[in-house]
Amino acid sequence: MLKRFQLLFNISQSSHIARRYFVVNGFDGVLTMLGLLMGFYVSNEVELSIVIAACLGAAIALSVSGISSAYISESAEKKQELKELEEAMIVDLQDSAHGQAARFMPFLIALVNGMAPFIFALLIMTPLWLTQWQPGWVPYPLETSVAVAFTLVFLLGVFIGKISDSFWLWAGFRALFIALITSLLIYLIGII
Amino acid sequence: MVKVQRIVLDVLKPHSPNGLEFSTQLAESCPGCCFKLKVAEVDEKTETVIIIVESDDIPYDQVAEAIASMGGSIHSIDEVEVTSAKDSSQLTDA
Repeated sequence: MLKRFQLLFNISQSSHIARRYFVVNGFDGVLTMLGLLMGFYVSNEVELSIVIAACLGAAIALSVSGISSAYISESAEKKQELKELEEAMIVDLQDSAHGQAARFMPFLIALVNGMAPFIFALLIMTPLWLTQWQPGWVPYPLETSVAVAFTLVFLLGVFIGKISDSFWLWAGFRALFIALITSLLIYLIGII
Repeated sequence: MVKVQRIVLDVLKPHSPNGLEFSTQLAESCPGCCFKLKVAEVDEKTETVIIIVESDDIPYDQVAEAIASMGGSIHSIDEVEVTSAKDSSQLTDA
């Protein structure tokens, strides 16, 4: 079963696609959360329950959007690829590993695309939840969540660096720089 | 008892899975068989490979099914080696 799955994964070259979606939508999710948190930070005195509800809403929306958009685009791509391959082979490949991969892999890729921002958002929201559950556990919940978001952006950058075989620390700082610029923009807009 | 001991197949397959993966999958689906794969021609989306199967008794249907399940299409059977063992009754008569 696992070997068959690995074969389908290799045939459809889904590992590259899933990895790309994971990074792209993961980055998207972290920056969205960062934007929300910075917005709440500059607006001052916002109730924690409102922050959590807004962040959770955004996380769910990102997840659903990620799953549906990736599934629609990937299933169309895979269908087209299969059709072209069938034309080249002059055989019906629906029952072959290629046919199975074309039907099954879009689900998996969509799941990765949708779950990446959702999981990152949940991680970013953890300090907020902890504070709501046990007040005082996290002294500065909003600031801690922002710090978690920065850490995740840095780690995503490191991951990209490892993939591209470039210097991981530089790649991490580059991603962090983007997040800092985003935060600074929101902060400046907020205080004007 | 007739036994197929060697078959040479001309197969058209997509580039993916590659030769190594393709022959490994074939070997896994037909235990006891030895597979030799040679790429004969490469096109834009497909490649023609020559697959040599050797065994004491080749389960041809199983091999053909395994090839089809990986998107391959058998174009021709180029070479066959079949042996027929003498019946034990015939040996006794002699």
